[in-house]
Amino acid sequence: MDEYIPTERGAGWSQDQRAELWLVCIVVGLLIAMLVFVLHAAWPSFSHNGLGWFGTGGRVDGQIQAIFTSGDLKSTPLYVFHAWPLIWSTALITGVAVVIAFGSSLFVAVFIVEFAPDWLRGVLEPVVRLLASVPSVIYGLLGVLILVPLIGNHLITQQEKASVNPTVQLSGYGLLAAILVLTIMVAPIMIAVFVNGLRAVPRNWIEGSLALGINRWRTFWMVAVRTARPALVAGTVLATARALGESVMLSMLSGGVGFAPNPADGLIFLFEPSRGLASTILFNTDELSSPPMQHTLYAIAAVLLFSAVMLSFAGWAAKQPMKRYGVIA
Amino acid sequence: MGGEAADEALRGDRVSVTVSPAPPRPLGRVPTRRPESSASWRLSDRIGLAVAWALGLFFCALTAAIVIYLLVQGLRYVSPHLFVTHPTAGFSETQTGGFLDPLIGTGIVALIAMGIALPVGTAIAVWLSEFGRPAPLARVAEATVEMLAGAPSIVLALFGALIFESPLLGFLSQQTNHVVLGRSFFAAGAMLSLVALPLVVTNVREGLQAIPSHVREASYAVGKSKVATTRRVLLPAARPSVVTGAMLGLGRVIGDTAIVLVLLGATLNLQGAGGPAILSTLRGQGSTMTSYIYENAPTGEGNQPTKAYAAAFVLLMIVLALNVLVDLAGRRARELRWS
Repeated sequence: MDEYIPTERGAGWSQDQRAELWLVCIVVGLLIAMLVFVLHAAWPSFSHNGLGWFGTGGRVDGQIQAIFTSGDLKSTPLYVFHAWPLIWSTALITGVAVVIAFGSSLFVAVFIVEFAPDWLRGVLEPVVRLLASVPSVIYGLLGVLILVPLIGNHLITQQEKASVNPTVQLSGYGLLAAILVLTIMVAPIMIAVFVNGLRAVPRNWIEGSLALGINRWRTFWMVAVRTARPALVAGTVLATARALGESVMLSMLSGGVGFAPNPADGLIFLFEPSRGLASTILFNTDELSSPPMQHTLYAIAAVLLFSAVMLSFAGWAAKQPMKRYGVIA
Repeated sequence: MGGEAADEALRGDRVSVTVSPAPPRPLGRVPTRRPESSASWRLSDRIGLAVAWALGLFFCALTAAIVIYLLVQGLRYVSPHLFVTHPTAGFSETQTGGFLDPLIGTGIVALIAMGIALPVGTAIAVWLSEFGRPAPLARVAEATVEMLAGAPSIVLALFGALIFESPLLGFLSQQTNHVVLGRSFFAAGAMLSLVALPLVVTNVREGLQAIPSHVREASYAVGKSKVATTRRVLLPAARPSVVTGAMLGLGRVIGDTAIVLVLLGATLNLQGAGGPAILSTLRGQGSTMTSYIYENAPTGEGNQPTKAYAAAFVLLMIVLALNVLVDLAGRRARELRWS
């Protein structure tokens, strides 16, 4: 669009242009300030623990308690913190939910774009948009009042509850409830992006395949879904970022105990409670007044922020070799 | 070798030629003939199609279940007096009052957040789409907006707590014995505007890019400057997209809980911070519908599920209304086709 008018550069900018420039500078500055601020506030926690910060060791809830009280007593602040149970919980819940959501979203997106009859397409599109815009606290509330009692009273036997009783309590708050609700939360985000990507596939590419006698289902998966791969990456990145940062719903449903669910426990594994990184911040925001606690919470926030940034970078990098297929996500 | 390279280049060229200039036709309707039936397909393909049908119907059923369930519970527990009574602490349904304060709080927060996000977001979108100079800064701004969209809201909340506690911005929030808590409607609104900003930018930008260049050229041809073209021609034409972006952003702002819990204090009632009436409220703490639901859920401190149901119903109705508005704006945008 620039070619059509004589352009003036440098000092010749109009007032409006300069105003807009300033606005953008402010936003960019804010973001860089955010990174610096958060990393600066997080540094004591990282420097005291080293790489042990990410490792296992001790009970994480007890460590958080000790960190908090050491700030109040004006004694030497404690920083010992091994966040593995929280990291494991976040990785587990996010990973499983995103994998389930990816599979089902792909099928639903293909269905919406190609195979659904018109009336059903007309219903599904607003439905997906509505599901994407329901606040997470409502999902949390429904999970607490419907799903958790269902799991706690009907799926877990008394025997199973007794078998792990001294370590954790199985009450329905746990991995299963968290993963199910998180899947429902992130799937609509993926579906929306996937549908846009699949719609952008040129129709004649598909017709070419159909003309060779390949049936519609095969054609769509072999041609359209392959062509729309950048969109698949974009949608997955977006949904994963949302799942990583989800704090409210998970703090309501995942059990709120700093415990690392152990896959070796068999089926009980699915019911074990845990608490992710984001919900740990939410749980302890009232304790920001204690300096060592503050540093620890900012360290958790820095890890989350770093993961989110790396995630969008990974998405960008994954899309580069796909660009020549021509469909822009 | 040379022949292969040329072949490769040609092929690459052909791909880009077929794709980039003509916007691809939408998929879906094959107008002339009926789609083939799936009876002749392989079993695996038919199973796949059945799974797609099942999942599609499952999402419809799920949404219907959520809406109908909340509708039933809402109609059971919502009564008009809930909207006009202040919440109070208590142990039973009759003691705890209504959700007037959270409703007002949601309104204030939404006003502040959109008051910041809409003008700033529109300006950034116009700059990115129409000017884009200096190019490196534009690319940085683009990446920044994208990163903001991916930043977890709890991290934004903690960051907000950090900057609004600082002495420089302390006058914006409540102080007790000169200790700034960094909790106020100002703080929450400002951070929530960052949540809404990427949605506004993306939508306005898409709207502006959908306007073909001959519209701009026509405006330049009659002697309009670039700024005047943007103000008088492009922005009015992109108004449906601006509305869509604003509504989507508003939905996110209203639905956000983490930032409100951290930066607004989630007290039951609006707590003024002293000073002139409106300023006192804005500098004080309070709650919104989302934090009210959070506190009244069985996992929260209030634990009044009936109140939580009622508030969730009201919140869902607000979100539904916003969705309908987005739909209407989208329809208007589609009616306004350029050819």
